[in-house]
Parts: sequence; C-alpha cells; structure tokens
Amino acid sequence: MSGILRIGYKLLVNDRGKFIALLLGITFSVFLMIQVTSMFAGMMKKASATVTNTGAKMWVLDPAVTNVASSIPLPDYVLDAVRSIHGVKYAVPLYSGAGLVRLKDGTYQAVSILGLDDSSLYGRPVLLQGQISDIYAENGFLVVKDEEFGKLHNPGIGTEFEINDNRGVIVGIAKVPASGLFGMPTLYTTFSRAIQYIPSMRYTVSYILVEPASEAAIPDIKREVAKLGYEILTEAEFIDKITNWYMFGTGMGINLLIMTAISFVVGLSISGQTFYTFVLENLEKFGALKAIGAKGRELVYMILFQAGTTALAGYGLGVGLCALLIALAKFRVRDYASIITFNNLGMALGMVLVIASLSSYFAVRRVLRIEPFDIFRG
Amino acid sequence: MGVAIQAVGLSKWFGSGETRTQAVKDVSFEADFHEMLYIVGPSGSGKTTLLSMLSGILRPSAGSVRVEDVDLWALDENSIADFRLHKVGFVFQDYHLFNKLTTVENVAIPLILRGQNWNDSLAAGQKVLEVVGLANRASLRPSKLSGGEQQRVAIARAIVSAPDLLIFDEPTASLDGDTGRKIVEFVRTHVLTDQRCILIVTHDDRIYEYADRILKMEDGRLIGSEKGGAHG
Repeated sequence: MSGILRIGYKLLVNDRGKFIALLLGITFSVFLMIQVTSMFAGMMKKASATVTNTGAKMWVLDPAVTNVASSIPLPDYVLDAVRSIHGVKYAVPLYSGAGLVRLKDGTYQAVSILGLDDSSLYGRPVLLQGQISDIYAENGFLVVKDEEFGKLHNPGIGTEFEINDNRGVIVGIAKVPASGLFGMPTLYTTFSRAIQYIPSMRYTVSYILVEPASEAAIPDIKREVAKLGYEILTEAEFIDKITNWYMFGTGMGINLLIMTAISFVVGLSISGQTFYTFVLENLEKFGALKAIGAKGRELVYMILFQAGTTALAGYGLGVGLCALLIALAKFRVRDYASIITFNNLGMALGMVLVIASLSSYFAVRRVLRIEPFDIFRG
Repeated sequence: MGVAIQAVGLSKWFGSGETRTQAVKDVSFEADFHEMLYIVGPSGSGKTTLLSMLSGILRPSAGSVRVEDVDLWALDENSIADFRLHKVGFVFQDYHLFNKLTTVENVAIPLILRGQNWNDSLAAGQKVLEVVGLANRASLRPSKLSGGEQQRVAIARAIVSAPDLLIFDEPTASLDGDTGRKIVEFVRTHVLTDQRCILIVTHDDRIYEYADRILKMEDGRLIGSEKGGAHG
C-alpha cells in the first residue's frame, strides 16, 4: 500500500502549481479560522480575568449577573447563610467595582477595584514588590502591574493618588495571570476600605467566594444556595457563563460564527475546486491505473492520502502563520487580546478535515466511476 | 507453444430496447504463446471492445475468455484486477504516462501496484528501460521525451512485470510511419517471447509485415483470418 501512496504523494507535490494553490487555500482558511477564534478566546480570557485571578473554587452571585464586571450586590445575610451551609469550609465577601482615580498631574483614570475579605485576604494577587500586610495600612492599595499599569503613570510604592476624594497610597505592586477586558488598571484593597471609598448601594457584597470542604459537598452546597434564591458556580462554570453571555448575548457569537463560516467556505471553495480539478486532470491516468490492475479502494486511499496530506500541511502552515502574527502583534501591542487554545486548534482541525473530506468525496466519486474501458475508447 | 488465450462466442451489446447496439457478435478464436496477433478493421468494427473483453476490462454479454485455462470472467472483480496486474501488460493508444513522475517511476508502476518495494521496483524499471534503449532517460519526465520514446516507455511499463499477455491499442496511431515500424519491429524482436502472446489492435497496414496472424473484423464479427508478414 505504501507504494501507491508514494505515487499519490509524488503526483501531488510535483504538480507544483496546484499543490501550492491547495496549500494556500487551506492555509488561508485555517489562518482565518484560528485568528478569529483566538481573538475571541483572548477577549474571553480578559473578560473572565477577575474570576481566574481570584482563584476561588466557587462563586455565589445573583442569578441575573451576566458577566463578572456587572455584579449585582448581595444582601449581607446571604453571606451568613452560605457560611452556615453544611460542606462549606469557608465563605468570604468580595467587592468588585470601578472608581475614578485622580493622578498627581490632575488627570483622571478609571480603575477596576477589588476589595478582599479583611480577615483572610482570600483571592489576593502575587506581590512583585511590597508586603501583603501593608494593605492594612492607612489608605493602602495594591496595584497590578499589567498592560494597563502605565495608565497610572507607572506608580511605585508610596505613590499617592486620590480616589473619590479619598487619599490612596500604593503599598504593593502585584501581578495577575490575566488583565481585564476594558483596558482599566486594577487596584486591590480590603473589602472594608473598598466600600468606604467607593460609592455603594445598600448592599455591598458583590460576590461570595466559597471554599467547599470537599468536591463531594458541591452538589449539596449548590442545592442549598439555590434555595436562598441565588446561584453558585464553580470557577469553570462562571467562566462559561461569561463566555456564553458574550457569545450569545452581545452579537459577538454571530460575528464569530459568520467569520468562521466565511473562512470555511473560502477554504472549501479554493481547495475543493483545486483538488477536484487536480483529480479531473488525472482522471484518465487513474483509469489507466485501474486498467493496469489498481483496485478501486487503492485509488480511494491514494486520493484520501493526497487530500489528507494537503490538509495537514496547510493546517500546520495556517497555525504557524497565525501564531507568528499573534506573536508579532503582542510584541507591538502588549495587551493584544488573542490566544490560541487547544479548542481553537481542534475546531480548525475539524473544519480542515471536513474540507479535505468533502473535496476528496467528489474526487473519489469521479475516480470510482471511471471505467478502464473508457481509457481504451479514448 | 500452447494456447495463451481462447475466446468462445464472445458478444457484447450496449444499452437496451431500441437503443441497444451490439458491438461484438459471437467471436471465437485462439491465440498461442509466441504469437503476435493483429486485430484489424475499420473504426467501429468492435476491435477495442473485443480487446477489452480479452484483457479483463469489459465484461462480455455472452461467451467466455480462457487465459491459460482460467475462465477469466468467472472470477470476482478483485481477482480480475489481480489478473490484469499479474498477467496482462497494456500499451494504451495515448500511452497514459504520468508526467509528474519520472520515466523510471512510470515504468515501475505495475511492480509498485503489486506491492513490491519502491527501490526494487525502480531498479527493475531501470533494467527494462535498458532493454528498450532508454536507460539514459530514466530520470526525465515523459513530457520531455519524443513520441517514439514515450511509446517505448509505455512498452517498458507493460513488460516490466513479465506478463503473459501484452495488449497494444493502436500502437502506431500517434507516430510517424518510420517510428511506428521501428517500434513494432522492436516489439517483435525483443518483447515477443516463448511465454508471451501479443495482441495488437490497429488499422495501420504499414505494420502488417510484423504480424504472425491477422484477424479481420467488421460490424462486430470476425470476417476472416490470414497469416501476417512475419511468415513471409
């Protein structure tokens, strides 16, 4: 069998014009598909930054919350009620909101503010500079050194600023796995200081972070929280909820779907047409092979091998090209929101295999239909 | 020498009802090993259809073909494909060489299809190219060769697997008279062996001198048989 596949390979790659056209079609298609989905994945990573950065196993939230940035404050009794649920190891409040910072030069900058539970500081970031205990100091804030850090004029420890007419002091510089979606710098402080400095509604707890005693306790905890009229999600479930909202609640999903479909159609039309033409041009030769003694299934394997080889080569080139472009873009724009995930790669591979299958399906039909007698008849 | 191929009552019709046409009508004959047999006749006389049935390409509507005592059309499709691969060598009118493969790779195709190792197949192909006088053209693409050279490559491909039966379809149709005669003379001298029977469909009377026997066809029937020029 390997011999006929080698013949197929040589027929394919020695037809340079068509082989290049096939590769370009698949490469371009894969590039587009991965680029679009990577941008979406990158944005979703940023959109879920608070969830991933905090690292809590479970989140209690109002069922109407669609994304982490638009929290709906919870009554204080919910925190007590959650703490009393059997199977909850501990539960702490988290404040999540936005504020306006006045910098030394008088300019204003919107910031994202996270208020950590005063006693445990659960969900705190890793510090690059400073001591975590300094967060308890008067007016103490941690600042996250991410792509948005420069918007606060690169503050150091001791840098002062105003926040809603309150004095603030940077006491630590932190790092987090992901920066936010909206291009705002992030400040951390204690929960009590956050609700003191930021204008709040009657209720102040944005989310309740829960640590279950064990994995087995999670279903019971969920059931009990649901009885309270609230929702409790694992970290992965919360990220899914955010992603689904952006996907289906904002129109981004439709755009993503359209772009992916266009990429697929472009790839299919270029590659499918070229491959079909390639087979048509060699149809008599395939007939001659049949006359000589090649079996139908051997020719089918040959065509599938040709289509598969082209698809995988184009896939590799497309992925490489996309990775290169993202790397170059990130080199120039640090917070460029695009990441290639295994899901992106798997989806694009699936689409490419569909393109290869459809292309080879029509080619195989023609090849199986050709009769050696047609070769004799000319 | 023994009977290489035996056709008994071969008929072939295409279509049905009013559109039914009979291309070959009740043809019977035998061909021996070491015989170069021509099937001649005007266009549409059924030569190619007959040749296709004899070589395991087109199933006859009636009659049988025995090759070395095997009833060819009693075999299943895969066995018939194997029969063609192991017993028959084809030289097509348009050669049907792969221009994207080298000459020696083209020649080696039947061996590769048999599952023989790639390098061994090429080595065997190279030896056959020496036989047909094209050893120095092995690495060229067929499109770089002249018509006569391409015909010899096609012959090399047909004989590389040492088949018992060689089928030539209009071997001189694409060649000038001198080249055509040289090719057929070469076949007569170097390709025809005691273990091989060669069937040639042609209407080129310039090459009749190389035939052992000539079967004449008209309107699907065999209308006569005569000795060819090879016997004076």
